[in-house]
Amino acid sequence: MNLPGSGILKGLAVTARNFAGSYFEKDRLTTEQYPEERPTLPENARSFPFLIYDGEDPEAGMRCVSCKICEKECPPQCIYIIQDRDEAGKALKRPRVFDIDISVCMSCQICVEVCPFESIRMDQDYELSAYDRFGALVHDKAKLLKSNTYYHRIHPSEAAETDERIEADRKKKEAAAAAKAAVKKEPAKPAEGGQ
Amino acid sequence: MSGLLESAPLALMAWFLGLLGAFGVPAWALEAISALISIGAVIGVFLGLFALASVMERKILARVQNRLGPNRVGPCGLLQPVADGIKMITKEDLVPRGADRVVHFLAPVVMMVPALLVLAILPYGRGMVPAELDAGILFFFAVGAGTEVAVFMAGWGSNNKYSILGAMRAIAQLISYEIPLVMAGVTAAMIAGSLMPSAIVAAQGGFAFGFIPQWFVLTPWGFTAGLIFFIGALAESNRSPFDLPEGESELVAGHLTEYSGFKYATFFMAEYVGMFAICGMLVTLFFGGWQAPLPFLTIVPSWAWFFGKVCAVAFTMIWVRATLPRLRIDHLLAFAWKFLLPMSFAAFFSAACWHFAGRGWAAWLLSLVVVAVPYLAFGSHFSSRFSTSRRTYRFSE
Repeated sequence: MNLPGSGILKGLAVTARNFAGSYFEKDRLTTEQYPEERPTLPENARSFPFLIYDGEDPEAGMRCVSCKICEKECPPQCIYIIQDRDEAGKALKRPRVFDIDISVCMSCQICVEVCPFESIRMDQDYELSAYDRFGALVHDKAKLLKSNTYYHRIHPSEAAETDERIEADRKKKEAAAAAKAAVKKEPAKPAEGGQ
Repeated sequence: MSGLLESAPLALMAWFLGLLGAFGVPAWALEAISALISIGAVIGVFLGLFALASVMERKILARVQNRLGPNRVGPCGLLQPVADGIKMITKEDLVPRGADRVVHFLAPVVMMVPALLVLAILPYGRGMVPAELDAGILFFFAVGAGTEVAVFMAGWGSNNKYSILGAMRAIAQLISYEIPLVMAGVTAAMIAGSLMPSAIVAAQGGFAFGFIPQWFVLTPWGFTAGLIFFIGALAESNRSPFDLPEGESELVAGHLTEYSGFKYATFFMAEYVGMFAICGMLVTLFFGGWQAPLPFLTIVPSWAWFFGKVCAVAFTMIWVRATLPRLRIDHLLAFAWKFLLPMSFAAFFSAACWHFAGRGWAAWLLSLVVVAVPYLAFGSHFSSRFSTSRRTYRFSE
């Protein structure tokens, strides 16, 4: 038979152990002192999309060609793109306006998956609160463009893989172009000759 | 040095009154001023303790849960009460449309009055009693019961179902626990042969064999009665696990539901001051009041011992709060009536045995038997009502 009240004493011992332990065993205190201590995010952490540019100049190195696939695929329709045009009115392969409304974006990453130009990727920035509910939460092109080095910093393995793919694509294209050039030089086609 | 510190508070007051007397202040005014100084000092000290307790409670609870607790305002978060106070004062003071405005307004005031009045009779140190009453213990319990009126005023005046339910629970709880509380307190008065708090403290002075303090808590009956008093004190100050009147999981905040801003702060303050007052009473009755625990420790001033012991008891209350979950209302009342009350009678009887058996070793053993047997009997009977085996469900699973 347990002595009546022994359960209470056991409980008190547990809480006393935790109380004293929190002063001596530092690994008990798991609280992160947020503004001073920053969490190290896991590599796959993602918040909202951003646009990648290569090199130093955001406008010149922009990978986006304004194909608008992401705009069409976006389930909550938070992407807004206007294609840039030159003076003659000819469409240019870059966006004039590229806005993402992060108050609408649901971080689904579909835009990243559909982008054929490896241009749009997920960011890790989570300190996005703003005083203006409307304007400040619509991120424009200037705010969205971030360098490839930044991308390498936040998602190293994913960025390396992307760079590899871009490099492979470029080589394949070069090879194809070379092959095409070779075909043009030699008009006699084996398919026609077989007739 | 120690003698200087010991008498410092009284000497300071005597010096100040002498100064006023030298300037030709009449004797009756000096008496009034001396009373006002005592009142100011007591209220100041206890409000300081309240401020300290409000932040220390949060820090202790945090540490028990392996958190850090408030640490943003001031060094180690010690200025948190200031921030809380500013927040409370600047908040909107809401009065429900259907409320009885007068009663609603008066309840926090009425709550505060007994909490402060009972501080008058506690002996804070050697010769430091603001009001030396012959029946100080009686005064303490009689005035302390006034909080029940305030709780019910708050519940009734708010015109809110949660408030009135909380107030009814509070009344049921406070009245039930008042009886074991008083019964436990009576044992100490009975052995000391006086209802005067300073006489009870004096009865616990001296050391057996030169080093064991003669505190009542070190005797079997005193330990039992002190424990019952402690449990009753938890219930009287509405603290966990007896915080049913404010059980937020079922009653929003009980009688405090319709209170906001400074009125809420007043309730909060009264609760904490009441808690410290009842801790002071527990220390006075069973833990030797301002007496030092060991002979060589008497160099520490007596008032420091008193407040040290009060803080230790308050810490235990917070510790208990961090440990035990809230009781159900019927379990709570059953515990008071079916366990605490018989046990307080046993402690009472045991104290009588101890006195009539000559207060020696034989008396010690006799009184131990007189409390241990009912404890085992009532305890096993009481806990047998609550099955500790795994619960089986008829329809789920």
